[in-house]
Amino acid sequence: MRSFTYERAKTAADAAKTVAETQGAKFIAGGTNLLDLMKIEVETPTHLVDVQDLGFDAIEETPEGGLRIGALVSNTALSAHPAVRRDYAVLTRAIQAGASGQLRNKATTGGNLLQRTRCAYFYDTNMPCNKRKPGDGCAALGGFSRQLGVIGISDACIATYPGDMAVALRVLDAVVETVKPDGTARAIPIADFHRLWGDTPQTETVLEPGELITAVVLPEPLGGQHFYQKVRDRRSYAFALVSVAAVIQADGTGRVAFGGVAPKPWRVEAADALLQQGASAVVAEAFADARPTEQNKFKIPLAERALAGILADARG
Amino acid sequence: MAQDGFLKVSRRGVLAGGVASAAASRASIAFAQENSGASAVEATVPLKFTVNGEDRQLDLDTRTTLLDALREHLQLTGTKKGCDHGQCGACTVIVNGERINSCLSLAVQHEGDEVTTIEGLGSADRLHPMQAAFVKHDGYQCGYCTPGQICSAVAVLDEIRKGIPSHVTEDLDGAMQPSNVEMRERMSGNICRCGAYSNIAEAMAEVAGA
Repeated sequence: MRSFTYERAKTAADAAKTVAETQGAKFIAGGTNLLDLMKIEVETPTHLVDVQDLGFDAIEETPEGGLRIGALVSNTALSAHPAVRRDYAVLTRAIQAGASGQLRNKATTGGNLLQRTRCAYFYDTNMPCNKRKPGDGCAALGGFSRQLGVIGISDACIATYPGDMAVALRVLDAVVETVKPDGTARAIPIADFHRLWGDTPQTETVLEPGELITAVVLPEPLGGQHFYQKVRDRRSYAFALVSVAAVIQADGTGRVAFGGVAPKPWRVEAADALLQQGASAVVAEAFADARPTEQNKFKIPLAERALAGILADARG
Repeated sequence: MAQDGFLKVSRRGVLAGGVASAAASRASIAFAQENSGASAVEATVPLKFTVNGEDRQLDLDTRTTLLDALREHLQLTGTKKGCDHGQCGACTVIVNGERINSCLSLAVQHEGDEVTTIEGLGSADRLHPMQAAFVKHDGYQCGYCTPGQICSAVAVLDEIRKGIPSHVTEDLDGAMQPSNVEMRERMSGNICRCGAYSNIAEAMAEVAGA
């Protein structure tokens, strides 16, 4: 690990300003992903601004009938919150499908959105990687790509966003609230938060330098039945090959988003509109522009079967 | 000189240890850590926290993980370093009542925190009920993962009591049960290469009264 200096931020605006103005500075919250990457020197911050004292640790009702989740609320606390379990069960299910109990206790809501890809070539510093080192090339193209992306990817990078929580947030149309280094706030729909990175895979979100996530807001509950189906190589504690988050209403309409397939939680509203026609129609629409490799083309029929299972369960 | 460098990092740690050979081996670890970084330790950061009910104070390189602070600076070597990347669970400790991977946490982030390690749960002549159950049910073979397994197991039963759901919980509104399938899912972050999983689940079931 490279050496770095460390401070604990007192206010969000100060934290944002410090990170924006200090070359090589980064925020640290739970640290479960950042420290992992610092140990292998994929991440090499020279200064860490610890945001744990900023107080974004509450879950509150909003005037609109939704929930505002502080960015520092742990994955465990969020998934266990009574209102989340009752009204946003897809979020509880998604969070509990990810990582381990130890990691969920430390991982935060804001940090989880910023989790970096689990592409093995990104982690292997002996391999070229455009995400790690822009212009370096992509070892995954022509490499082992079974785990990697099938849609929304580019010639520069075929990695995926690896998380579960954000897939549920995409179905719920959550909004990410931030504070910028100049102290102004902004609200970013989760649909726009993660980028389709094209030829700049090193930039994974629309956050500006120093912009700090303060909360995630859930709109009022959708009702319906909530599902999160995750398909992976082990039954527990593994990243998704494919995951499906869905909220299905009594009339068969609803919303669906896919994880493990793209640089962002993958939801196509035009595909949602086909839910009453069944999984095949939805997946055909959602993955119409897919460009999988030989090794990961199985993900598309797998997504269809996972969704078909959900729709069968929804019918009871 | 390596030893000087180490003393600068953690004089208190060495004095607390008080064993020459142990201090020498720790010095070599510190030396290796320094060489892997961009520079030697230029400044240390003070840390005050509570470990197993005792107030502790250290001056640490910012890079020191909670795991290394416990093992190399406080000589609490019950907590093990397995993968050092949050994958195996051998480093599991309980911080402010919740289990975490101590390898994926910077020590300086734990100012004021209350840390419980395997040494704080019980001792050889006063075993924690979970330790006694692991012995009774043969919940280990080589023992390397055991401190992490036991810290995790104690915390898992607490999570079930608090009603925190898991991936295998069918009814999110119902009371959580310490069933075998729940215990296995909740313990998936603790790997045992000897494969003592069945016995670990039985030990946990006994403590849970299931």
